[in-house]
Amino acid sequence: MQVSKSFKRLIFLELSIPVALLTLGIYHGLMQTIFRAGVLQQAAFAKLEYYQGLTLHGVINALVLTTFFAVAFGHATMAFYIKREPNKKLAWISFSCMTIGTVLASWAMLAGKASVLYTFYPPLKAHPFFYLGAALLIVGSWLPLFNWAKMYVQWKRENPTTKTPLAVLGTLINFIIWFVCTLAVAYEVLVLLLPWSLGWTTTVNVTLARTLFWFFGHALVYFWLLPAYIMFYTMLPKLAGGKLYSDLAGRIALFLFLLFSIPVGVHHQYSDPSITQGVKFFQGMLTFGVAIPSFITAFTIAASLEYAGRKRGSKGWFGWMARLPYLDTKNYMFAYLICGLILFVFGGLTGIVNASYQLNSVVHNTAWLPGHFHMTVAGPVFLGIIGMSTYMYSTLSGRKIFMPKINVIIPYFWTIGVLIFSTGLMWGGLLGEPRRTNLGMTYLNPKSEFFRPDWVPTTTLALLGGIIMFIAGMLFIVVFFGTMFRKRSLSAELDLPVSEAYHDEKRIPLFDQFKPWLITMVLILLIAYIPALMNVNKNTGPKAPAFTPENPVPVQMINSK
Amino acid sequence: MSIIDKAEKHVIMITGVLLSVFVFSILYAQAKYKSDVPECLPYDKAYTEPKVIKLDEKTYQVFAVAQMWSFQPSEIYIPVGSEVDFYLSSKDVVHGFNISEKNINMMAIYGNINKTTVKFDKPGVYDIVCHEYCGAGHQNMRAQVIVNYPTVKK
Repeated sequence: MQVSKSFKRLIFLELSIPVALLTLGIYHGLMQTIFRAGVLQQAAFAKLEYYQGLTLHGVINALVLTTFFAVAFGHATMAFYIKREPNKKLAWISFSCMTIGTVLASWAMLAGKASVLYTFYPPLKAHPFFYLGAALLIVGSWLPLFNWAKMYVQWKRENPTTKTPLAVLGTLINFIIWFVCTLAVAYEVLVLLLPWSLGWTTTVNVTLARTLFWFFGHALVYFWLLPAYIMFYTMLPKLAGGKLYSDLAGRIALFLFLLFSIPVGVHHQYSDPSITQGVKFFQGMLTFGVAIPSFITAFTIAASLEYAGRKRGSKGWFGWMARLPYLDTKNYMFAYLICGLILFVFGGLTGIVNASYQLNSVVHNTAWLPGHFHMTVAGPVFLGIIGMSTYMYSTLSGRKIFMPKINVIIPYFWTIGVLIFSTGLMWGGLLGEPRRTNLGMTYLNPKSEFFRPDWVPTTTLALLGGIIMFIAGMLFIVVFFGTMFRKRSLSAELDLPVSEAYHDEKRIPLFDQFKPWLITMVLILLIAYIPALMNVNKNTGPKAPAFTPENPVPVQMINSK
Repeated sequence: MSIIDKAEKHVIMITGVLLSVFVFSILYAQAKYKSDVPECLPYDKAYTEPKVIKLDEKTYQVFAVAQMWSFQPSEIYIPVGSEVDFYLSSKDVVHGFNISEKNINMMAIYGNINKTTVKFDKPGVYDIVCHEYCGAGHQNMRAQVIVNYPTVKK
């Protein structure tokens, strides 16, 4: 499909700005493994402080890259399937908000005024620009939903009895989840934290802020994941040379995500005070509800791949696995997506461990956690994002891939790196190694009385994996920008791989409308979160004054001296 | 042909069984080993003064206070076989409280009291590690539970 110049330029910018920032994010990913393994035993390296770099790593990789990509991919998907471009003005306003927000927050982090990590738990206080930047990034990413909703309603009016394309359904559901969950964090940032960071209010209820953050924080991971799910359902079967096993299964999975993504956030607060065991247990059970769509997806995608393998002439139970196009340089998206799936098997299983109520006490806030989520957000999410960024850039600009052989090997290299890295972190976590800690200065420094020799093998393994991941990440950046600087040699158009369905079930109205699902979503949310917020209101005591990361004395007392 | 095929029916059943096993395991562990997440207490200022209280030979209460960047008390001496109630609070930012050998895992939050109970069956030195980022000195924040002083001394 041919699209306008303005629309192309918008997508190019939304893809390349976060990839450029990613160099910094990936750099400090590597640096953390070096610090943690005790190779560096200091607070900072090359003028970048450990916790400052950790904040950049989290914000750039997990918030900026994922949000920009979700918007760019959403624009492309909606335009491609609905055959209409979104309103240009609104799309550019959205882009400007997100970019200004990113610039403000990046300045605060690079200036060392916002080393509060990407969870920014109060009462650690950051520069107001950090909060303002985060709010602009989020609000900017809301606008496309209104754009797309209008396109969808118009399309539906013209095609009332046609099934909504799965990719369109997925994009809309993802941004509805995003809109609802970010309402809480927007409230946290704009009402609780921004005035407090400006000094207009003096104290903040920390548990309330944490509860609002996690209302957003768990749904955030599905916002990362759903673009990858859309690729798994609507592209992977085609790329493998087969068909999607069931179209309806995809719809059911998507609607279940709509119901269960948000009302489970308290499972990140199992170790928090002031929330009753009952509320924690209830949201823990709802978390198992969100495992269902992932099981559905695991089966449906595996069945689709098996179908593709058999079509290519495989025999026996597992023969299909050997017949898939793993190293096809023209069909490189297959490599990115299959690697993401392999990592996600382990990411999903370790996620069930975290969700399992009291079992969480074994792993909470230890290195196990980043070990787990690097197999999700740095697994299917990251691989989907980087593969698709290259793909969209290349097809939409008509430029051939730079170094196609390297491009197809990157995801395998990355996957090996993540598997080693996560094994090191998870093993360390089981031995009590904390996450988010500059271990090199104390626990991994043989001269310190804190020295823990049992964490030497685990952090060394993570370092090894980190080096491999860093090389793979840098290769991607070379391929992406290398492609960008090539001459145009193909026809430039918006084109996405489209899978046919093997079981193309007839349209069931319930799975082709939003209203009943949205009502159920709101009901479950109220049932899950009213008791949690009542707990917080009832059990918390005094609110906390603000602190900077460098000083145990409250900011107000420093200023009044 | 029905909408859901045979393989899908099987997989739905397997998923159901698997999820039931997971949930059953949680309930079983809770009933049999009394393992649970921390208890919820309303805020009470009395717990925010660091101290160790000996209730009887084998029962202790510890009011642990986390602050940038230490725990008070920083060394807790108890005899082997003691059951200890930890009441945890924070004087400033969010801190973590992890005794990895005993699977004790709590967050310390200003204006909130966290509570859990643990029995120390074996003599030894147990590290209490702060596992939530709490500012520039986070990596220096550690305390110890020393079980069976003075036979074991670091």
